[in-house]
Amino acid sequence: MLGENKIREITDQVLALSKADQTEVIVGATESALTRFANSYIHQNVAETDTQVRVRVVYGKKIGVASSNDLSPDALKRTVDTARAIAQLQREDPEFQSLPAPQTIQRVEAFVEPTASFTPEQRAHVVGVLCKKAKAQKVVAAGAFSTTTQEVAVANSLGVFAYHPGTYADISTVMMTDTGSGYASFTHQDVRQVNAEALANEAIDKAVRASNPIALEPGEYTVLLEEYAVLDLLNFLAMTGFSAQAMQEDRSFMKGKLGEKVMDDRVTIWDDGCAPNAIPLPFDFEGVPRQKVTFVENGIARGVVYDTPTAQREGRQSTGHSLPAPNSMGPYAMHVFMAPGDTPKRELIKTVERGIWVTRFWYTRVVHPMKVLITGMTRDGTFLIENGQVTKPLKNFRFTTSYLDALNDVRAISRETKLFYNDWGSASRVAPALVVDGFRFTGVTA
Amino acid sequence: MKDITARALNIAQVRGAAYADIRVVSRDTQRVAVKNGKVEALQQDETQGFGVRVIVNGAWGFAASSRVDVHEIERVVNQAIAIAKASALVKSRDADIGEPVVIKESYETPIKVNPFTFSMNDKINLLLRADEEMRRVKGVKVARAEMAFVREDKLFASTEGSLINQEIVESGCGIVALATDLQTGEVQVRSYPNSVGRHQQTRGYEFILEQKLVENAPRVAEEAVVLLTADQCPSSDTATILLDSSQLALQIHESCGHPIELDRVLGSEAAYAGTSFLTPEKLGRFRYGSEAVNIVADATVPGGLGTFGFDDEGMPAQRTEIIRNGIFVGYLTSRETAQQLGLGKSNGTMRADGWSRPPIIRMTNVNLLPGTWDVDALIADTDDGIWMETNRSWSIDDKRLNFQFGTELGWEIKGGKKTRMLKNATYTGITPQFWQSCDAVCNEKAWIVWGTPNCGKGQPPQVAHTGHGAAPARFRNVRVGVIK
Repeated sequence: MLGENKIREITDQVLALSKADQTEVIVGATESALTRFANSYIHQNVAETDTQVRVRVVYGKKIGVASSNDLSPDALKRTVDTARAIAQLQREDPEFQSLPAPQTIQRVEAFVEPTASFTPEQRAHVVGVLCKKAKAQKVVAAGAFSTTTQEVAVANSLGVFAYHPGTYADISTVMMTDTGSGYASFTHQDVRQVNAEALANEAIDKAVRASNPIALEPGEYTVLLEEYAVLDLLNFLAMTGFSAQAMQEDRSFMKGKLGEKVMDDRVTIWDDGCAPNAIPLPFDFEGVPRQKVTFVENGIARGVVYDTPTAQREGRQSTGHSLPAPNSMGPYAMHVFMAPGDTPKRELIKTVERGIWVTRFWYTRVVHPMKVLITGMTRDGTFLIENGQVTKPLKNFRFTTSYLDALNDVRAISRETKLFYNDWGSASRVAPALVVDGFRFTGVTA
Repeated sequence: MKDITARALNIAQVRGAAYADIRVVSRDTQRVAVKNGKVEALQQDETQGFGVRVIVNGAWGFAASSRVDVHEIERVVNQAIAIAKASALVKSRDADIGEPVVIKESYETPIKVNPFTFSMNDKINLLLRADEEMRRVKGVKVARAEMAFVREDKLFASTEGSLINQEIVESGCGIVALATDLQTGEVQVRSYPNSVGRHQQTRGYEFILEQKLVENAPRVAEEAVVLLTADQCPSSDTATILLDSSQLALQIHESCGHPIELDRVLGSEAAYAGTSFLTPEKLGRFRYGSEAVNIVADATVPGGLGTFGFDDEGMPAQRTEIIRNGIFVGYLTSRETAQQLGLGKSNGTMRADGWSRPPIIRMTNVNLLPGTWDVDALIADTDDGIWMETNRSWSIDDKRLNFQFGTELGWEIKGGKKTRMLKNATYTGITPQFWQSCDAVCNEKAWIVWGTPNCGKGQPPQVAHTGHGAAPARFRNVRVGVIK
């Protein structure tokens, strides 16, 4: 871990080297370790230390960006020089007004020392618990257990300096019999909250019950979506609908719908980068404080996230949701929460006369963005529900259904929620479990 | 640098490693992106570092750092050793990588025009012209054009005595037109030469010039707009479809390339990417496809995005038969998995995403070999079918059996002719049934090695750049039109 003082030294050094009209520097320092297991033993075990420095320089309205992970003075100068050379070749950006000025940024405590100092032996001990329980139950364990320390800092020549250190632990497992599998995962800032026994029990129980599945005809069913599956709904809504850029390009389902009902009136979804009980990052990659943004409130479309370019286009302020420049993707909701309901998760099944229990989705992709029409597979625990009880394990389905329709056909929402973190998008999500009607399964693997 | 790698390997051996290798990697990437007449991104990134892989007490450990100096190398080697010792606490067998491999060679991607020294101004101008051509077409909401270049310098050294230098260069580009209709809620997109941003090969800037982005821009834009009002792709369970070579390349990637990865087959990816239906007892006897289906994994094909001199555990690039006349005959292997299955030597497919990740089995260039048909003759031979072109969405299950693809553009074929454009063309199937229904593959005149620069696998996540040679092909009795 570099620490705030060392990172401030780097940002000061870069800002001093640059002769541009305006300069921004982002520092991302990571120390991560991951233990992977399969066939009930550790087969990959890795650690990584990296620090990236990204420099954006502005000459008039010309902008150049360069990055490096070499922190030597010569390399920092080379990075600044590269950014300048690029800016000189750049065309003017008529929309560009200025890098952001300093604003007050809330400090959010998210660094847990025991997570940062967790050792390979400690990870092996946790994985060992999972593998031993698997062997005892005659199932096969696979999964991954990671601990990560991240430091993010953004500084610019207008006086912005924002720094945030954080940690998280993430563990997931798939337990397998010859014919079935079960899944469980857990994410927390504090690695001491990982309960290997509970995780193993959840996945093993599901794997055993999922064995010898039968095929059920595809069609429209009521589904009980566990939090693992609801996570996917939140990911695709964030990607396709909750961004100002998607609105401005007429490809968001929210376009023209603000103030109108777009989902069931029990559905409330928001973004909050400062929520201490998730994986927070209280500022964006321009150093703008993250505001809490409500997307859908009791089913009514309320707003989307903005970065500086999309905000300026509409004459408003950024909500603090920029990704690092240069950014083709536009603003992104990195911390999405869905409000819990009032039904205990264990009671959700009682609302279903005949339906399908879905543990999680796999390989989901957008078929039609405006409809949030998604295709994908079920995985690691799919069951038939009859008269409020799980009766049979099912072969996995392919679905092609609208996530927007699903959130309009909500029957029940669990009281409990679950935290997730996704490496691919550096995004955290908090999701309840749901029961929704009319979920469209379009195929089954025989 | 060789002093540093020698020191790292020496420390590893002294601390008890039965085997160790080190890769020192520096990667430069350059990206130029234009959107709606504006240069959206001009960016140059460099990343460097090293990764050390060791076997201690019969188990693997890997550690990596961006700080390439003597002190850090000692720290990281010790970290890798400690990690391997921890791995050995939960072990089922000793890692076995077979007979030692000693190679001292170097490799460079053959290029004609260095993309990193080619005029940036000319790159920008080319993209702006393509963007302008697309925006001339009324109804285009968003026009985008981009180029990307990669240069990776790699030094590999092992305690077995290998010492390999490589320089891999990639060039990629693409244009995209997006058309929308808020009244109907329709969003249509057309891409060229390929979707997901770009087509890419291990070549120099000459590859960019050959793509003729500006010349193709008006057609691409017009197709996006026409698609808004095109007829919906009909639904059928018994359609004949013809896939263009870029869509077929992704079909190969997902339904052949991934299930032949032997680490998946043996369970290493079970919790994440999944396993494979191509289990070991099927090797040499399972009918994967029709007689027309012949697939190889070839890391030597010129220009392929999976072309290199040596993989990231020091094995030479090779050409391996995967499907011979429809029969499944080969896997992608590593040194360890080849031993596990008794297949002899690795066929050289261990690839790492940069310095910070350990090598895992990845596709090289998994190519469907050309058949005998001219494209026009194949269309003329099709009485009732749908031509599908350029991928728009892709999804496949964790055993690589149940897939569904969406394409950007469909054409109805009636009486041997393309008759009307179809929107939202999708098809779905089960892998071996689908490939067994292939009754025609076009010839080498239409054969292209497509680049897939976005293949995700592994934990922590790794992105690989893979290649897929393909010519258009025809499939019978396919389920199409899944969208309601």
